[in-house]
Amino acid sequence: MNDVHNEKGTNKSLSLFFKSSFIVSAVIIVISSILLYFTFTFDIVPPILNRGIQPATFPKALLILIITLTLLTYFISLKKPWKSEKKLPNSFYITLLSFVVFITVSKFLDFFLGIALLSIIVSYFWGERRVAYLIIVSIIFPLIVFVFFETILGLRFPPGIITNLYYG
Amino acid sequence: MENLGLIFAPLFSYKLLIVLFFGTIFGLILGVLPGLGPTTGGALILPFTMTLDPLSAIVLLTAIYCAGTYGGAITAILINTPGTPAAAATCLDGYPLAQKGEAGRALGMATVSSVIGGIASVIVLIFFAPLLANLAYEFGQPEYFALAIFGLTMLASIGEGSPIKNLIAGAFGILISTVGKDFMTSIDRFTFGINELTEGIGFIPVVVGLFAISEMLTQSTLINQIFNRVALKAVKLPSIDDYKKTWKTIIRSSGIGSFIGVLPAEGGTVASLIGYAEAKRWSKKPEDFGKGSIEGIAGAEAANNAATGGAMVPTLALGIPGSATTAVILTGLIIHGVRPGPDLFREQPEFLYGIFGSMLIANILFFVLGFFGAKIFARITLVPNKLLWPMIFAVSVCGTYSLNQSIIDVWLMLLFGVIGFFMRRYGFSVVPVIIGLILGELVEGTLRQSLVIFDGNWLMFLQRPIALTFFVLSLIALSFPLIKRKK
Repeated sequence: MNDVHNEKGTNKSLSLFFKSSFIVSAVIIVISSILLYFTFTFDIVPPILNRGIQPATFPKALLILIITLTLLTYFISLKKPWKSEKKLPNSFYITLLSFVVFITVSKFLDFFLGIALLSIIVSYFWGERRVAYLIIVSIIFPLIVFVFFETILGLRFPPGIITNLYYG
Repeated sequence: MENLGLIFAPLFSYKLLIVLFFGTIFGLILGVLPGLGPTTGGALILPFTMTLDPLSAIVLLTAIYCAGTYGGAITAILINTPGTPAAAATCLDGYPLAQKGEAGRALGMATVSSVIGGIASVIVLIFFAPLLANLAYEFGQPEYFALAIFGLTMLASIGEGSPIKNLIAGAFGILISTVGKDFMTSIDRFTFGINELTEGIGFIPVVVGLFAISEMLTQSTLINQIFNRVALKAVKLPSIDDYKKTWKTIIRSSGIGSFIGVLPAEGGTVASLIGYAEAKRWSKKPEDFGKGSIEGIAGAEAANNAATGGAMVPTLALGIPGSATTAVILTGLIIHGVRPGPDLFREQPEFLYGIFGSMLIANILFFVLGFFGAKIFARITLVPNKLLWPMIFAVSVCGTYSLNQSIIDVWLMLLFGVIGFFMRRYGFSVVPVIIGLILGELVEGTLRQSLVIFDGNWLMFLQRPIALTFFVLSLIALSFPLIKRKK
């Protein structure tokens, strides 16, 4: 994010908003505020049944603590800036995308197929080009894990186009 | 103390010996592989422990803990990359010494000092844990609340990185523990209408996500990284001269590690850094540190392994984990229906002393396996990340799914993986999240029950001497980083 900060022509006062400390603090505060809002929607225990504090009180206190500490961290970062981070490479975004592929495929098609697809995407884009190794990583190893969990732990995997073939 | 004889019981159980053997090998493999380690490995193996009886399960986890902590030194010395965070300080002198053609000597010293540190800490555990458990009989709800707060503040103040960020991470961990039905009123909190969340967020998806998946994302940013490996011919036992140079350092670091381990913090990581710094401070040749000092290796390795036994003290005596890995062990205990605390010492001494004995044996086993097998274990690092991490992903997904057979758990694991990646990227440690999650129910439960006892009067906390002591210690812990900064 600090790379953005150093971009040519960036207004100095605006650059404050591109600093990682600002963005991270803002994200934490926004998410905490949304969660804090939700705590006001929790059911309230009638006074006659209430023992101690309301169920929402403790999470509220935690969220206010998180927001306060985040603000404190941000103000400290103005004096002592955070270490600048390198730009994330494409391989990171591809790995992240493979998670989305896994979730989609495991939800709508097959759990095992999801693992196999993720494995092949990650392995290929991290530099593996040998077909035999890609097969080992994406089919043979997940199959061993699958059978191991199924037989040793008696685990039943969610139904899917391939899993159903296994279970008959 | 009449139960001390029970320590030797595991020696007469072939089943426990087999579990110890495989646990030690598995721990060494996990320790050697950068990015994995005993915490992630322990979390991944938790589902498998369901096929074992409670003692075997905990023995397996503790063997992984002991051996994994040592295993990190092999990679630290040979490829200048700590296999576990606790081995970071070992790189400073281990790798330079290996570059001078003395990798065998460096590994020999790391192995010997790790074993001495590990055994010393188990002795501390054997004598100190029952004393702490006896003290815990005096604890009521307010005292446990104050103790948990003390644990979290210690974690923030002496853990790695910024204390405020550690506190935020700890609070985040506690917040995760509030998801689901409120245990006192059964009112839903943060469930967003998702049925699976009413039971709360499990420990395994969070741990596997924060450690394994976030590490996978970290590795995705390092695929072009090249490791410079130093060749290893054989591990050499330290010479008499080396022993003369390091025996004081080993004893000192064993003490430091055991003490740091008892405190709820990042266990071995902090212990090894302090052990290393103290070794340098007391050395006759501090200028050699960073250039391949044998004392530096001994100081770091004795301390990080000594933290293992130390961290088990509050875990077993109070049910408060001393480190991230002991949080996994604590979860293992709870899953197997064992409730840590003073009653455990009174009612199941054979169980506890079985764990103590197994930890002693695990230390001896990793000495033998490390000494004769370091060369083989070092070869594991040759498995390229492009093959290793997809395999770890497959095990992570199946392991996480297996505990509750819930696909939501798998998605949560991925979500926490992404959160963990960005936390680490911006300097937030993930360890306080784990400890916060484990302590969350205790913190909220004891607070609310205390307020019922006190009829809502918060000031009554201050009338309980033990609780007040813990609150004062918490304040000292919080002000410690400020004092350190001023100095």
